[in-house]
Amino acid sequence: MTSEPQSSRLGAGPGGFPFAPPLPLFLLNPILKRIVHRIAVQNPDMFDRLGPHRHAYFLIDPVDIPFMLYLRPDPEALDFRAVGRRNPPPHAARISGKFLDLLTLMDTEQDGDALFFSRDLIVTGDTEAVVCLRNALDDVDDPIAESVADMFGPPGRAALNALRRAAENAQKRKGAK
Amino acid sequence: MNAMVKPELICPAGTPAALRSAVDAGADAVYCGYQNATNARNFVGLNFTPEEMEKSIRYAHDGGTKVLITLNTFPPAGKVELWKEMVDLSARLGADACIVADIAVAAYIRDTYPDLRIHLSVQAAASSPEAIEYYVREFGVKRVVLPRIMTVSEIRGLLKEIPCEVETFIFGNHGLMVEGRCSLTNYVTGQSTNMDGACSPAACVKYERADDGSMSTILGDYMIDRFGPEETAGYPTICKGRYKCDARDGGYYAFEEPISLNASTMLPDLINAGVHAFKIEGRQRSRAYVKKVVAAFREAVDSIMAGQEPKLADLVALTEGQKQTEGALKTKKWR
Ligand code: SF4
Repeated sequence: MTSEPQSSRLGAGPGGFPFAPPLPLFLLNPILKRIVHRIAVQNPDMFDRLGPHRHAYFLIDPVDIPFMLYLRPDPEALDFRAVGRRNPPPHAARISGKFLDLLTLMDTEQDGDALFFSRDLIVTGDTEAVVCLRNALDDVDDPIAESVADMFGPPGRAALNALRRAAENAQKRKGAK
Repeated sequence: MNAMVKPELICPAGTPAALRSAVDAGADAVYCGYQNATNARNFVGLNFTPEEMEKSIRYAHDGGTKVLITLNTFPPAGKVELWKEMVDLSARLGADACIVADIAVAAYIRDTYPDLRIHLSVQAAASSPEAIEYYVREFGVKRVVLPRIMTVSEIRGLLKEIPCEVETFIFGNHGLMVEGRCSLTNYVTGQSTNMDGACSPAACVKYERADDGSMSTILGDYMIDRFGPEETAGYPTICKGRYKCDARDGGYYAFEEPISLNASTMLPDLINAGVHAFKIEGRQRSRAYVKKVVAAFREAVDSIMAGQEPKLADLVALTEGQKQTEGALKTKKWR
């Protein structure tokens, strides 16, 4: 029997959601929309690597934050928004992992296969669509995480640096286990 | 003992960004292929368009890095034109060599572009002096990429007998069913690693999770492995599947387990044996992998050549199943 991903390795843990943002989703969504449009304008070629999967909806599930992200990487009809956890909308594939691991993937500092081998990344649904999305995001000139941080100027870059340090520490803790 | 030859570091690139990472991390050469069946990593969303290849070759050459183009599959009857077109394109773009497996493709390069270097792919599975001499004599092959089934002492012996350069794998995927002759994926997916260029294409792969946190890997219509909640995972290829068989109790990795080759401790022996080039596998991997693995081996090779103790970065986090082996380089009984 299959079900939506839950893993003993990937639970939000007793501390709840450590990266819970203070914003309600309706405030977050216009920002996400701006981000995805900016990335699309900066990297028009990345959509070629998606082929037919550009029309697919992806559910990106940072398991330690209280909402998920819903993405359609179609340059003609871009969609990127936060959705609640209760009733996930229809999607071709779901990618689940800890927020910091997903961030380091976007920062091109982490290898997706390595996260998959260690079971820190869970993929369900259309595997080919996920592989295409991974390849498209990996081939951008500037890492997506950096482009997003730049959009918010010095505070954005400071936040990214803080998150990078947190990711590095989490990595060290994992290595020490 | 002869003066040590500094081996070239041959690095993988599945995208232009990965190629730039390899060049920046100190690759001597990068190998990469086009988005079609001429290339044994013909996976969706990967590889280079002709325009990307042109720009990438320019970037690599500006950085003093060579580009070797993989035309390392076997054209089926009636389809050889595509391979010839890709040879023409590679020659026009200024590739430093083509890595080929098929004798018709090799003959076309020999007759049409006598100055274009031919490297014999691991897919040709040539490992005896007689087979290698044949390729050198008939097609002018300049380098042979050895199958991952030879010990260092066998490689040393071979080098004394053959009139061309030798390249050995030092890191990456360890699926070594006499390369170029494995048809396992054909039975399950209908696609051929050797002719279509894709083993276990992603369109045929599904991962299913159960409520207890375990994960099953399904290839085509078959479940080929199931990992417990805390177990590390591997690639969805038949050779890494776990099967029930009479000889063992429970699931058994009948061919090979999820594990990667890591020959970092063997580098001094391989350099002493006279190997000309070290190959890192992983064109399907991210640029983060390329950056880390290339930088680690660049440092290791440079320190050995400088007569220092090599610093060997810990790469286990990047290995399949988070396990590594020196494979046949050390012993034929590596399992
Ligand atoms: S099944 Fe394994 S050995 Fe065979 S082609 Fe695929 S990866 Fe190679």
